[in-house]
Amino acid sequence: MIDKQQERMERYLRLNIFPTTFCPGCGCGSILNAFIHALDDLDIPPEEVVTVTGIGCSSWIPSPYFKGDVLHTTHGRSIAFATGVKIVKPDMRVVVFGGDGDLIGIGGNHLIHAARRNIDLTVFLVNNFVYGMTGGQVSPTTPYNIQTTTTPYGNVENPFSIAEVIASSGASYVARWTTYHIFQLVRAMKEALQKKGFSFIEIISQCPMNYGRAVKLRSGPKLLKLFREKSINIKEVENLTEEETRDKFIVGTLVNRDKEEFTERLRDAIRRAEER
Amino acid sequence: MILSGNYAAAYAAKLARVNVIAAYPITPQTQIIEKLAEFIENGELNARYIRVESEHSAMAACIGAAAVGARPFTATASQGLIYMSEMLWWAAGARLPIVMGVVTRALAPPWSIWSDHSDILSQRDTGWLIFFPESAQEVLDTIIQAYKISEDEEVLLPIAVAWDAFYISHSYEVVDVPFQRNVDNFLPSRKKYKHTLDIDNPFSHGNLVFPEYYMEYRYYIDDASNSSKKIIREVDEEYYKIFGRKYGGLIERYRCDNAEYLFISLGAFSGDIKEAVDRLRNRGYRVGFIRIRCIRPFPSNDIKEVMKDINGAIIIERDFSFGKGGILSTEIKSALYSLNIPIISYIAGIGGRDVGYEDFIKIFQFSYKCFNLENIPEKPIWYGLRVIK
Repeated sequence: MIDKQQERMERYLRLNIFPTTFCPGCGCGSILNAFIHALDDLDIPPEEVVTVTGIGCSSWIPSPYFKGDVLHTTHGRSIAFATGVKIVKPDMRVVVFGGDGDLIGIGGNHLIHAARRNIDLTVFLVNNFVYGMTGGQVSPTTPYNIQTTTTPYGNVENPFSIAEVIASSGASYVARWTTYHIFQLVRAMKEALQKKGFSFIEIISQCPMNYGRAVKLRSGPKLLKLFREKSINIKEVENLTEEETRDKFIVGTLVNRDKEEFTERLRDAIRRAEER
Repeated sequence: MILSGNYAAAYAAKLARVNVIAAYPITPQTQIIEKLAEFIENGELNARYIRVESEHSAMAACIGAAAVGARPFTATASQGLIYMSEMLWWAAGARLPIVMGVVTRALAPPWSIWSDHSDILSQRDTGWLIFFPESAQEVLDTIIQAYKISEDEEVLLPIAVAWDAFYISHSYEVVDVPFQRNVDNFLPSRKKYKHTLDIDNPFSHGNLVFPEYYMEYRYYIDDASNSSKKIIREVDEEYYKIFGRKYGGLIERYRCDNAEYLFISLGAFSGDIKEAVDRLRNRGYRVGFIRIRCIRPFPSNDIKEVMKDINGAIIIERDFSFGKGGILSTEIKSALYSLNIPIISYIAGIGGRDVGYEDFIKIFQFSYKCFNLENIPEKPIWYGLRVIK
């Protein structure tokens, strides 16, 4: 068991630069772990994977630890960069890691349009409800009334339910899990990696340093317990009232459907144009 | 008070009674907007705070606010500033008084969060006036002065006040924070101009103009930028009368009397250069220092005036224009075209690499030999460059 784990680590990670720069109790390490488990279970070699990231703590999940191609880009633009990579290298698996501030805030437009095109990218959005790297400012997923460094008397805005937004934008696969649901997360990552089209997992993750300060739960395990208590499986939602699901994390697979994919349609269009 | 450069900026914006703050977090700027959020939430500052989703939107919100007659403030750094670039041109073109703090930081890739002036200097052609304070105190004073200059009807151009990441932004020093009533006397509330949007008197702004008119719009921006030189000097003097501090207008002349050689530089390492000048003067070298406080408008005549009788100039800068040379030295050489003074250009401290007064003494000693041998290096010297194989 330990040997197997070590083997996995060596296959997918640049162990010489460990430990990671993540804060104690951060969820990013668990997500990296789940990611390499998913790759290993599917026996995808690291050479077939390009990970693309932007700016923020979660952009450090593959960069520089993942032993495959890593493109660490500008704030919010990782999906735009990834679109370019996928169009030119359609056989590579292109995986984007980013946070709520990065992918929904400054880069929100790229996210919804990539979902609308249904381009074959796998996006792991790490939602920790704040801008963690800059010290805990309000983000587009910060819940109402939460105190952050830029909303010291409570957030007056409403958060995005981003998984639902992406599902309605036309993605092939959309799921939401938390870092507490680590086995479900590995399974969902495997589904997402195999799915043709835009696959998206919103991963609710803990930031004990900055979000933890905002909700007075300054430890990883305490936040994980909160995720456990506040999560409801999507299968059970139908039988619950709106009151019962308020402020809860609805976890599970929102969408898993077969749809035409963007780069295939693009190549098809090019072929038709050339035949003319 | 003991304040960092960033907190001094937040206090300056509060004292200027800004009405609208629109900003996005970015290291090493974030503390400014956090402090301002605190001021608003605890009632010390009566302003609207817009938590925008990008720097581009931050400047757009400031443009909207200034267009309807409010006094806006924002702050950013590095990538955020470059992302804002489209709106920077817009703000200047629309002739709107806006003040922005820029904490200078290196550009990616590779990622770096440390100081480098290439971010703001790459925006020097936008029409913005650009100031480089040297200390937290000067950050505070310059931001208050900047509103007065920017809102002057002869100017009506936005102003960026730029200070070095960490060296100024995060270093704490004693800062004299003026009384609010004195700042109110110095800086009255924002005026309404002919082009301020007014619901009772609607007019349309920013439309397409044909080649018959566009050129004049650009000419007037340049004209305003040139006339701002006089206003900058006047405002500095007026500030001195009330608050007891002045910075020499567009340039600071440090021990330039009877100088044979001059350092020219800007930003945080000016303090180290002054230390080097003092030590070299003690050893008998007649050396002085011109600190460029304002790089737009460019103080060509001020510099020429100080430099006309010197034997050589040493320009040290934390920026570069690839394929050409140091941005500051390029500008100074063009200003001194008629004077034929030997100039040696040094690139130092790129990406926050530390340089101190000992380095400036070494730079002087090497340059002194060059001047005496009349062997002036043509290319800029990258000081402290490591040879990477």
